[in-house]
Amino acid sequence: MSRVDLSVKIGSLTLRNPIMLASGTVGYGNEISEFTDLNRLGGIVTKSLSLKPRKGNPPQRIVETPSGMLNAIGLANVGVEVFLKEKIPFLKKFDVPLICNIAASTIEEYVECTKILTEEETIKAFEINVSCPNVIEGGLSFGNDLKAVALVTEKVRAVTDKTLIIKLSPNVSYIAEFAKAAKENGADAVSAINTLVGAAFNIFTRKPKIQNITGGLSGPAIKPIAIAKVLEISRQVDIPIIGIGGIMDWKDVIEFMIAGSSAIQIGTLNFIDPSAPGKIINQIEDYCIKNGIEKISSLIASYQL
Amino acid sequence: MFIVNSPLKEILEINPHIYLLKVFSPEQTSIIKPGQFLNIRVTERIYPLLRRPFSVCDVEGDYLYLMFNIMGEGTNILAHKPIGTDLDILGPLGNGFNLDGNYETAVIIAGGLGAAPFPYLTRLLSGKKNILSFIGGRTKDDVITYNLKNVKEASDDGSRGFKGNVVELLDNNIELLHSQKIKIFACGPTVMLRTLKEFCMKYNFDCEISTECAMACGFGICQGCPIESTTKSEQYLLVCKDGPVFNIKDVVI
Repeated sequence: MSRVDLSVKIGSLTLRNPIMLASGTVGYGNEISEFTDLNRLGGIVTKSLSLKPRKGNPPQRIVETPSGMLNAIGLANVGVEVFLKEKIPFLKKFDVPLICNIAASTIEEYVECTKILTEEETIKAFEINVSCPNVIEGGLSFGNDLKAVALVTEKVRAVTDKTLIIKLSPNVSYIAEFAKAAKENGADAVSAINTLVGAAFNIFTRKPKIQNITGGLSGPAIKPIAIAKVLEISRQVDIPIIGIGGIMDWKDVIEFMIAGSSAIQIGTLNFIDPSAPGKIINQIEDYCIKNGIEKISSLIASYQL
Repeated sequence: MFIVNSPLKEILEINPHIYLLKVFSPEQTSIIKPGQFLNIRVTERIYPLLRRPFSVCDVEGDYLYLMFNIMGEGTNILAHKPIGTDLDILGPLGNGFNLDGNYETAVIIAGGLGAAPFPYLTRLLSGKKNILSFIGGRTKDDVITYNLKNVKEASDDGSRGFKGNVVELLDNNIELLHSQKIKIFACGPTVMLRTLKEFCMKYNFDCEISTECAMACGFGICQGCPIESTTKSEQYLLVCKDGPVFNIKDVVI
């Protein structure tokens, strides 16, 4: 029996603790399960799924940058059908809320994916990726277009009763407007932030270090930006926020919660230390005990400005 | 695969700017195969951020050896780690070379640091198969023959051994290769592997290669290290999980 109540709520979904694993950093759960007991987590978010399988971008897809990394994977994924047939049976074995991340090129594709996946009872929530910076025809234009985000939210909401999370792009001037549009069209929560658009050049060949030219910047380099975006949403929109961006340890988790996050997602850290999520859960509990915090949810948006 | 902290015992500079790390890691040495790799976190700080992948160079009892040159901040830190400090190792990762098979002679082909996985392979095949090594590099300092057997050397500038690339050297020895049943094990720069593929296709030689690609995790979750398959064009293979060792026929180089 836990001495501290670590549970948090995202819409109608109760998580046993605020620690989730971010889309694109845990595949479909099988590799990471060798390092972290999935049953202890607050939730896991699948690699972005599209209606049909996607091959993704050619190499080089990844480059390290100061305290961060750029990636341009290009939403490589197995597609909805293979996911249901080959990946769900493994994920069914765990008692952890499964959140499906959906990425699409058209509003119809978002709706179609959700319609199919919502029938699967193992899936407890959807995270709609309107903000992948690496796919030319889709994500970025959606994530930057207030009307498109509103419309995607409204259309997806119409086909599922499950918890609906909209993953927001930081590559906009006022992220709170997008959170507001998501809320007004029926989203239960927003996650913030997706990666920032970045680029890096080889100074000898003068060529970009990744084939896609630009990629999504993640890692501790983006944490202060993510904290600012979470705070902006928190101060202006009454909606649960899942904080994402460069979390490396338990202190970062607490900071994101104080800034307004109800839960958080660990991303890039999974690549470096796939056993970290379990340790972080223990450490945030220790923090609560030492600081006399009975319910971790009392930290949410507890900033003293 | 698992994460283990293993103490660093020794750092040797075996060629100018080429380092060999000796690490006490019975957990890894008991299971690792030649061609598999380890992903090492060089610092607990946030720069450099990602682990650095190294193929296992050799295994001697409970000790493993890693070979590398200084490419940037990560390898610079590693080359200057104090003896006795623990290395944070994630491994063993990927698939190693398949040493079984109906062949008399293992032909090792390496360019530059591509020699790294072969001391261990040589150790395991010694006494079981003949071994013939063709080792090339740009200059004499890049020709790495550490713990290899029956070495024929090549350098692009002619400063050591045959003047030219290692595949040209192979071609010069084609009669020797045809005189026995061989299997080729190779690792090196992309341009070398590409030429080697043409060579193997021409003569129908069985060949396994160890490939390389920038990656973040090393075990399949980042999807950062795609390599084109010759049979399935609708999806990429991953260097870390499906490789890094492939049959040369199976991948587009």
